[in-house]
Amino acid sequence: MDTTPYDLIIIGAGPGGYVAAIRAGQLGMRVACVEKDKALGGTCLNVGCIPSKALLDSSEHFHFVRHGLAAHGIKVGVAEIDLPAMMSRKDRVVKGLTQGVAGLFKKNKVERISGSARLLAADSVEITNGDQRSILKSAKILIASGSAPIELPGLPFDGVRIVSSTEALSLPQVPERLLVVGGGAIGLELGSVWNRLGSAVKVVEFLDRIVPGMDKQMGEQLMKSLQKQGMSFQLQTTARTAVMENGAVRVTLDSKGKTTEEVCDVVLVAVGRRPFTDGLGAREIGVELDDRGCIKVDAHYATTVAGVYAIGDVIPGPMLAHKAEEEGIAAVELMAGQAGHVNYDAVPSVVYTWPELASVGMTEEQARSQEIPINVGSFPFLANGRARAMNDTEGGVKIIADAKTDRVLGVHILGPRASDIIAEVAVAIEFGASAEDIARSVHAHPTLPEAIKEAALAVHQRAIHI
Amino acid sequence: MAVEVRIPTLGESVSEGVITRWLKGEGDSVSADDLLLELETDKANVEIPAERGGVLHILRKEGETVHVGDVVARIEAADRQQQAARVQTAAAATATPAAPQAAPAPAPPTQAASAVEEAASGESEAPALSPAVRRLVEEHELNPAAIKGSGRGGRLTKGDVLAHLDASTTSAAKPAPLPPPDQSAVPARPQLAIAPRPVSAAVAADEEHVPMSRLRQRIAERLVQAQHTAAILTTFNEIDMQAVMDLRAKHKSRFADAHGVSLGFMSFFGRACVAALRDVPVVNAYIDGTDIVYHRHVHLGVAVSTERGLVVPVVHRADEMSFADIEKEIGRLAERARQNKLSIDDLSGGTFTISNGGVFGSLLSTPILNPPQSAILGMHKIEKRPVVVDDAIVVRPMMYVALSYDHRLIDGEHAVTFLVRVKERIEDPVRLMLDV
Repeated sequence: MDTTPYDLIIIGAGPGGYVAAIRAGQLGMRVACVEKDKALGGTCLNVGCIPSKALLDSSEHFHFVRHGLAAHGIKVGVAEIDLPAMMSRKDRVVKGLTQGVAGLFKKNKVERISGSARLLAADSVEITNGDQRSILKSAKILIASGSAPIELPGLPFDGVRIVSSTEALSLPQVPERLLVVGGGAIGLELGSVWNRLGSAVKVVEFLDRIVPGMDKQMGEQLMKSLQKQGMSFQLQTTARTAVMENGAVRVTLDSKGKTTEEVCDVVLVAVGRRPFTDGLGAREIGVELDDRGCIKVDAHYATTVAGVYAIGDVIPGPMLAHKAEEEGIAAVELMAGQAGHVNYDAVPSVVYTWPELASVGMTEEQARSQEIPINVGSFPFLANGRARAMNDTEGGVKIIADAKTDRVLGVHILGPRASDIIAEVAVAIEFGASAEDIARSVHAHPTLPEAIKEAALAVHQRAIHI
Repeated sequence: MAVEVRIPTLGESVSEGVITRWLKGEGDSVSADDLLLELETDKANVEIPAERGGVLHILRKEGETVHVGDVVARIEAADRQQQAARVQTAAAATATPAAPQAAPAPAPPTQAASAVEEAASGESEAPALSPAVRRLVEEHELNPAAIKGSGRGGRLTKGDVLAHLDASTTSAAKPAPLPPPDQSAVPARPQLAIAPRPVSAAVAADEEHVPMSRLRQRIAERLVQAQHTAAILTTFNEIDMQAVMDLRAKHKSRFADAHGVSLGFMSFFGRACVAALRDVPVVNAYIDGTDIVYHRHVHLGVAVSTERGLVVPVVHRADEMSFADIEKEIGRLAERARQNKLSIDDLSGGTFTISNGGVFGSLLSTPILNPPQSAILGMHKIEKRPVVVDDAIVVRPMMYVALSYDHRLIDGEHAVTFLVRVKERIEDPVRLMLDV
């Protein structure tokens, strides 16, 4: 093996790692990317974002065929699902993309290294692949080892009945009763998938609301919508223990002191993810972790060990693929002497249920708790021409602007295609746009983003269509 | 380059006024120094001239209340349309070259990307203006290059422009030149139209609602304020006007021939008050916080009754004036008062006031102070009365005089003494000639 030190070794080929590797290649660095899984792409491509979106789309179609076509004057017979076929498609989508990453590595001259990595020093990494071991030297090391699902002590994963999101994406059959522990994005999304495919889904959540961190009012609206779709919710509830009995699972729930029991076929535990540093050897070489297990980094994504950097789910911040990607690019650009920067105020977050819930910037609650005087403009999709033509009018747009400068501080969208149309406002926020700027930008008619324009007008009580 | 027409500083304690009339119309071509509008304030009517020539765009309407510093119109250069187009094309032209340089380029590592962005915006003009910024720049005729941008790559945000506008209105507005005096070209202000508010038929016969003019409202405010602030007392005396009347009879026509103005009582009283104020200086002073401020000069306010109400123009430096000077100045001010053409300076700076109720027939009254002055002399009707002179009853033309004064500052002794000194000099006018 060529023993010339690399310029950069990246540990992990998830969205953070592989994007950083590609950027490093673009910048002419000699870069290697280590991945212990068979496929590249990390959690996101293999057992996260991509497969869940594939199943969400498939299950949405099924739901639409059964419930939405009639309104359009289309009659179909009884619709059925072929779960294996649905899963195959999902697998093909995943495979296509992970192979695509491999292709991008080749194109950008990123050396792909299979095996698990362990840091020996700030400039050397031990690679273990089966019974093969090797040591690689590098000027810099970037840790992008990602995260893993959190396991509840009373409900240990068995991969069959008590599962994490990973297995929930590949269940062999549609569970009759699915209990979802955790009312965050992952629990709601996967709960939605199986609900639409025929499961009776119940979501239990520790807090008094679902999707904490998103706009409170829209969170409530989303919950009502999911309830209308057949999901049931129990808030302020924790899952304490689970016992197997007769091929089912009996889960003990604790709700404000009252104990109840829930019998179900599958329990999905989606209470969050923990930063993954198992076996990395990071702590051993002096890389400091915080009390949540995240790797501590400075503004240049440098850890406490010179020459060792970290990005993505393994460092603090929202555990989002696009955040990891931006950090990967920024870290590498900073290493190359350029000015890399991530604007954490403009990172959108999305819940891919239907209706979708997307958000970028501050919530109303956050602005008020910081005592920032704000104006708020709202516009419902009920008043949007495209949404009505689509027969999909649930939800709306809310824009929060600074009362003095009119600068857009946050935008929250509940409704069709929220994940797509939020992109406009993320760009606007990046440019320090005011609500008036958005209101004065021409939006094609008839489109869903017109609701964003109208909400911007509504900030100053000037909405036309309401 | 457009110019804003702002309300200039209007004089002490005047912060707002009402636009009574636009003298030029929307879209009119105006020249520098053309009078643009008439403004009514508490004290007087003021005319605002144009600072530059161009096309007038009126922003505030007749009847609107405006404040010092408000922009009431814009005068735009004739080629404004071309200028606006230039701003747009400049912005559009720079957007394209700036964009590819600013985007992270898949090229070999260069210097910091932000340096590249800044270099791009430095060599070409500023990056494109956002829609809200374009609107503000156009509406306020701003130069974007002069505003600091806090947005990405130095871009202007709406907040930057708003902050810039905030800062420029709080700084003192440039004082416009005083309206030129004696504008004979401008017609006298018409009679205040009184429009009764619609009332029900039953009430209409018994009542009539008439809105107070601004002047009336302001007078009302100031009078109450005077009463609440000062401890107003009045002391009286009477003056035998015989000597002055004899003097007038003897020298009236010679005076008129020599000075072109008639010899009235005001010059006598003016001169007498000036002398008495020298004797009792505290009457020519005022309270400022916890200080007593003594005026070096006597700026004599002379109350004049007009159709609109009472106004008190000021004869400045009356202490340096002769009889003729005083008569002429009073005549000039009275004429301007009647024509509603008194300037702010005409009405400000008074240190002592004389008010003559006698012309209407008042025998005795208690005048109210004209704040911030501390005293006011009330003259009354000259009436022949039997009085005792050298133990004999004689008929003399007598005038009661009243001095209302602020007892916080002026003691009874001073007030009485002052009035006596005035009386002594009117009854023996030679003393005025000799300054004794």
